[in-house]
Amino acid sequence: MSTTYNPADPYAGSRETTEGRVYTVTGGDWDLTIGGDAVGEERLVVNMGPQHPSTHGVLRLVLDLEGETVTKARVVIGYLHTGIEKNVEYRNWVQGTTFVTRMDYLAPLYNEAAYCMAVEKLLGIEAPQRAQTIRLLVMEINRIASHLVGLATGGMELGALTAMTNGFREREMCLDLLEEITGLRMNHAYIRPGGLAQDLPEGAVEHIREFLEVMPARVADFHRLLTGQPIWQRRLKDVGYLDVTGCLALGATGPILRAAGLPWDLRKVEPYLGYETYDFEVPTADTADAWGRYLVRMAEVNESLKLIAQALDRLEPGPVMVEDRKIAWPAQLSLGADGMGNSLEHVRHIMGQSMEALIHHFKLVTEGFRVPAGQVYVPIESPRGELGYHVVSDGSTRPWRVHVRDPSFVNLQATAAMSEGGMIADVIAAIASIDPVMGGVDR
Amino acid sequence: MTGPGDRSDADPAQGAQAPSDGFRKGAFGVTGSGDTSGFGGLVRVEPGGAVALHSTERPYGGYFDEVTDALIEAVGEATYAAAVRRVLVDRGEITYFVEREHLLTLVQALRDDEALRFELCSSVSGVDYLDSGGPAAGPHRPRLHAVYHLTSMTYRRRIRLEVAVTAEDPHVPSVTSVYPTADWHERETFDMFGIVFDGHPALTRILMPDDWDGHPQRKDYPLGGVPVEYHDATIPPPDTRRSYR
Repeated sequence: MSTTYNPADPYAGSRETTEGRVYTVTGGDWDLTIGGDAVGEERLVVNMGPQHPSTHGVLRLVLDLEGETVTKARVVIGYLHTGIEKNVEYRNWVQGTTFVTRMDYLAPLYNEAAYCMAVEKLLGIEAPQRAQTIRLLVMEINRIASHLVGLATGGMELGALTAMTNGFREREMCLDLLEEITGLRMNHAYIRPGGLAQDLPEGAVEHIREFLEVMPARVADFHRLLTGQPIWQRRLKDVGYLDVTGCLALGATGPILRAAGLPWDLRKVEPYLGYETYDFEVPTADTADAWGRYLVRMAEVNESLKLIAQALDRLEPGPVMVEDRKIAWPAQLSLGADGMGNSLEHVRHIMGQSMEALIHHFKLVTEGFRVPAGQVYVPIESPRGELGYHVVSDGSTRPWRVHVRDPSFVNLQATAAMSEGGMIADVIAAIASIDPVMGGVDR
Repeated sequence: MTGPGDRSDADPAQGAQAPSDGFRKGAFGVTGSGDTSGFGGLVRVEPGGAVALHSTERPYGGYFDEVTDALIEAVGEATYAAAVRRVLVDRGEITYFVEREHLLTLVQALRDDEALRFELCSSVSGVDYLDSGGPAAGPHRPRLHAVYHLTSMTYRRRIRLEVAVTAEDPHVPSVTSVYPTADWHERETFDMFGIVFDGHPALTRILMPDDWDGHPQRKDYPLGGVPVEYHDATIPPPDTRRSYR
């Protein structure tokens, strides 16, 4: 064959024929053509997700691989974007609760609490003591549930299926409690501006105490099942490394930052809801890797149990909603013949006895209350880190703007720093250790 | 929908009191509709609307004075005077309204100066103050605000910076060189508000699809939506429902 290697066009040599120039696409000369190029022999771009069982949600990763080594990791999000921030601008302040609770759906009560605390700060009011204690109580139950899901799904993604079944089984106990208290397993809309939708139902305190008796043994079971297990250790240790400098540069907070050694917990450093009066520790680790994050989360479950027990002891009878009838939702919920609704007593009151009560009810339900103009930023410590609500009011009955600084959104930025240079299997472990919730990331 | 934007043609005889700041109109003086309940077209806007236009006088109270003094010392009196147009202390939070030309100088000093040490950029977001009451949005009152929440872990302090730009010239320098965490925040703010962060390594859409038109969280972005029939009643789309402002 007369085709010769042509350095100007190595892929297609050519020769002159009577019909003109004929090009012949050649092959097998890759070694010649690649030359001194930095691209290695096995560069492969893999698209992982958005529908993938191991990406912790609808998350898409674009991975540059060199063999099994990840040289580049790019994260693509937005597949779960629901425009909640925009939607809230077209609802009144109370309705906002039902929207924000759907953002980080594994920590719904944190969204509600932070949103309501922001609205209360704009209004210049404070929820009654009992409401604050119950808020703290349900939030800590929620933290346990959230950490257990993080552990369960993380375990599943690493192939530890018993971690998943046990994690979801224990989480179910938390959800049963939350269902009993709020009426719903998730998306509770239980915390409202000014207090709570309703008081603890009868028997809830006893059930929480039963849960407190069972749970420590279950946590110990997790340690028996996973902590000493060589496979679990080798999958997590030295994987997804991010030190304090990296955390601060990338804005990572929560267990990621505490596993790097900085005891930064907003419940301690900027206390709210009276956290400064409770006795609890901020667990930290010094490994700055997925292993440390696992240990921090497990220790936080124990601290939450301590907080729940203390909150139960402090529950004093009292109102769970502010007295101000211009803000407080007038009706109490009760179970009637046709399901849950306004209590018959309240309906009788507004329809038969008090014109003013009817007016208040009508105004609050149709129009809502006004919030003085201004802006606030309220950060709280959610299971995943700093959950901040930047709420702007123009003085009307609707929020002018609600921006959520969701910890999953910020922490997920650390994916590249945690996984580049490692093995592809460790990408899964690193992302599982971030524990992002895509509902919160995309909002 | 009756918004505060049309207050210019409000007839004073209708009960509209339109001084330069707050106003109220509608209520029982509403005309042109069969609605005598007072709810249709009732508009009440606080002085300045959503964006407070006044400035707080020193002393600011709390740690705000220490932060301000340290900031002045770090960047110099002249730069501070040129950079910070006004300062607002409200509800225990301090906001510095910053000129965009000096934003990078300020955040660099805020992060690195020993007396400031704002190590963590908690959040960057946008607010569109179009028609939020007060003077109409325009070159003198730019509508798009980029809002930065900075946290000092060393001193346990928080401050807020705000940079205002117009929709016609929505350029703000990117702070990613100082705070790498601002990367996704700025992409989201660009995506939702169309604020262009100059110097950002890859300012692309992040939540909306790549080929999306417009910036959805701007106040003049059409909501769309269709009327929904439910139990023989028709519920209009959210942006055309009557508004109880």
